[in-house]
Amino acid sequence: MCFKAKRLHRLALGPVLSLLGLTSRLAWSDDTKVNQINMPVSVTEVGASIYNLHMTIFWICVVIGVLVFGVMFYSIFAHRKSRGVTPSNFHESTTVEIAWTVVPFLILLVMAVPATTTLINVYDTTDADMDILITGYQWKWKYEYLDEAGENLTFFSNLSTSQEEIYNREAKGEHYLLEVDEPVVVPVNSKVRLLITANDVIHSWWVPELAVKRDAIPGFINETWFRAEREGIYRGQCAELCGRDHGFMPIVVNVVSQQKYTDWLSDKQAEAAEIKALMAQTFTLDDLVKRGKDVYARDCQLCHGANGEGGIGKAIAGSSIATGPVATHLDVGIYGVSGTSMQSFGKQLNDVDMAAVITYQRNAFGNNMGDMVQPLDVFNHKQGQ
Amino acid sequence: MGEHHHGPAKGLKRWIFATNHKDIGTMYLWFSFAMFLLGGAFAMIIRAELFQPGLQLVEPGFFNQMTTMHGLIMVFGAIMPSFVGLANWMIPMMIGAPDMALPRMNNLSFWILPPTFLLLASTLFMEGGAPAFGWTFYAPLSTTYAPPSVTFFIFAVHLLGLSSIMGSINIVATVWNLRAPGMTWMKMPLFVWTWFITAYLLIAVMPVLAGAVTMMLMDIHFGTSFFSAAGGGDPVLFQHVFWFFGHPEVYIIILPAFGVVSQIIPTFARKPLFGYDSMVYATASIAFLSFIVWAHHMYTVGMPIAGELFFMYATLLIAVPTGVKVFNWITTMWRGAMTFETPMLFCIGFVVLFTLGGFTGVMLSMAPSDFQYHDSYFVVAHFHYVMVAGAVFSMTGAVYYWLPKWCGRMYSEPMGKIHFWISFVGFNLAFFPQHFVGLAGMPRRIPDYASQFADFNMLSSVGAFIYGGSQILFLYNVISTIVAGKPVSDDKVWEGAEGLEWTVATPAPFHTFAVPPRVK
Repeated sequence: MCFKAKRLHRLALGPVLSLLGLTSRLAWSDDTKVNQINMPVSVTEVGASIYNLHMTIFWICVVIGVLVFGVMFYSIFAHRKSRGVTPSNFHESTTVEIAWTVVPFLILLVMAVPATTTLINVYDTTDADMDILITGYQWKWKYEYLDEAGENLTFFSNLSTSQEEIYNREAKGEHYLLEVDEPVVVPVNSKVRLLITANDVIHSWWVPELAVKRDAIPGFINETWFRAEREGIYRGQCAELCGRDHGFMPIVVNVVSQQKYTDWLSDKQAEAAEIKALMAQTFTLDDLVKRGKDVYARDCQLCHGANGEGGIGKAIAGSSIATGPVATHLDVGIYGVSGTSMQSFGKQLNDVDMAAVITYQRNAFGNNMGDMVQPLDVFNHKQGQ
Repeated sequence: MGEHHHGPAKGLKRWIFATNHKDIGTMYLWFSFAMFLLGGAFAMIIRAELFQPGLQLVEPGFFNQMTTMHGLIMVFGAIMPSFVGLANWMIPMMIGAPDMALPRMNNLSFWILPPTFLLLASTLFMEGGAPAFGWTFYAPLSTTYAPPSVTFFIFAVHLLGLSSIMGSINIVATVWNLRAPGMTWMKMPLFVWTWFITAYLLIAVMPVLAGAVTMMLMDIHFGTSFFSAAGGGDPVLFQHVFWFFGHPEVYIIILPAFGVVSQIIPTFARKPLFGYDSMVYATASIAFLSFIVWAHHMYTVGMPIAGELFFMYATLLIAVPTGVKVFNWITTMWRGAMTFETPMLFCIGFVVLFTLGGFTGVMLSMAPSDFQYHDSYFVVAHFHYVMVAGAVFSMTGAVYYWLPKWCGRMYSEPMGKIHFWISFVGFNLAFFPQHFVGLAGMPRRIPDYASQFADFNMLSSVGAFIYGGSQILFLYNVISTIVAGKPVSDDKVWEGAEGLEWTVATPAPFHTFAVPPRVK
């Protein structure tokens, strides 16, 4: 009830506060986004000019609207039959027609100028400081920091909001649906060129505060860029309908100082090296099951259920795949099943995680197979195909 | 020669074998209203799910089926057939023709519709569910990744196209050939003009839509790769083809609405329409421009900058003839002697809200700002202002305006006014806040949203329920008028009404203008 009262209170105040926010940009602080009614003021130069363009057209429309509706409502008030007026009979004037053709045309001409210059700026992807290849998947984003030496840093970014919050079994967190497990991290004041594509259907990468929205199209690579001028965390979402979980693939961009960025990058590289080392190791069944449980929760549970009971995907508990030959199980995990929602996870999971999750599935939910898959097995399986 | 008026056939045969333009018009109108309620029910499900953050009522997959079916049914089942119904009823009566030029084809083009929508709606019960890829059905979500029901959807679109093309050919043939003596081109009522131009648009673009869905069919079943990059195709090609149909399509919906408003405002302003000639030229210009602006729906696909600039400039131009229309309507009101019966209220509502939708349209036409608006709720707000407050408001006004002529009985004016005000408030409550959440960053077609959008979404849902509920009042008003409304005997019905349709008896007899009138 308390929640409801607060909501109603906000409901009443929100629009009033918002109106103030619209006329004065300063009135709207960064962290109060509740009931925001206007485009966020971007932290990029291009975004600022887009915002200015938006507000310019908005005010032109307001002025035209006030004039046009003013005339109309005056007429509705003054020229009504109940006031005993007699109707005139005038019904054409070429002069007037020409005037209201030419004047709007001139206004549009004036509006086209800033629009054109801004557009040219958006399209200028030259001289970038760094390149990130973004690939849309159903329903997550892959980020690949392109490196001239060929040591690309690659990771997937998944929604980190729990199903409990989505299905209202737990209170919703502050960044409900706009939080991920691995944010994109970029240095402040650097020109970041984005190369955007998709693996399956069309997605669209949109972060309002960076003023970037570009479609991710399978088989084609789109280019755009941004240079964030202020540190902070900027959140966005997929903007193109891409199937069932279109609403559940957010984007989080963490803009940090150059120093922090370098630290983050070396941490990430160390992490990658660690995984590489792990790939050569042999694990015990317990280790694999333990690691596999986490992987399962992140990548499998949504479709196959917390207890392997199935849902959108087939049941894993007692399934012929999880209790059948290991090679078939690896095939399904690595290559997916075409024509179904079972994706290929071969590129999304490293060999350690793949080995762990397959082992987990074969030993959980009552599938007590007792066998296990080592990272090297996954590697060899991939080579063999 | 003795005039030998025969009445309609009795019973069900009258409707199944109908060739009379009034009967067919009536069937179109009732059918489209039924579809309006069905599409509206889907909208209610959407808004109920969006009432609060979190998933409460439906699963995301079903939500996508609802948004898709809502769009398809409203565009192809409700709005388009309603205007075809109006055209059937009014065009022959407005140009002094005894009927439509091709009555049997007219029958066919109507009777294709009910089975088609039955087919489309039946996909909801198929394995894998109904189409869930949005009414714009972008490939490859609608091809490689589509549910099996997509094939039924493709067949339904083919049938709809067939029906629309036949309906359009009929209108074109009627206007060319059956105008009464003296009914020259520049004397035709604007509703006839706008429909005449619309019919050509339909004939031009429905085959393009058919082409798009045929390519999908080939990709799905016959191993082609029109829309798959892996086989040498291009998913963006789909969008170009679709919007080459889709943009004229939105004018197909709105031009007849312009025609309706241009009939109603002069009646209640008791003053001739201002700038008749310029209205005709503006309609023709809008129709022409509609063919060269399609890619403004696709600014974010990564077109070359020259393409973006071309489509941006061309789109801006549309504001000019559209502006001319709005100015003409307002000048028609100026120094008239206005009264505000229900049809007039809906038309004034139309002018105000359609103009707001036009303003957001100009904003959207700016490619750089569109990078922020595109696929957000701002777009949802924009096209509902032009589709609902534009097309549906004018259609509602049209029903109130001509209903007394059709059935010889007067609707309840107080109930009509209440319907208008509830609609007006409900509509704005539903769609105005969507501008805000869209600008603030809420994407469209999502079943759940971040907490900061909660309040406006709740308002929006409340508004949608109010607007949806007001249609029940409309239905009640129409039925009670037909059954027990106060009889009207005056041919003119409205004091300020002009035109041939007001010269025939009220209610309009089964056959009108067996002898062509002479227009001075």
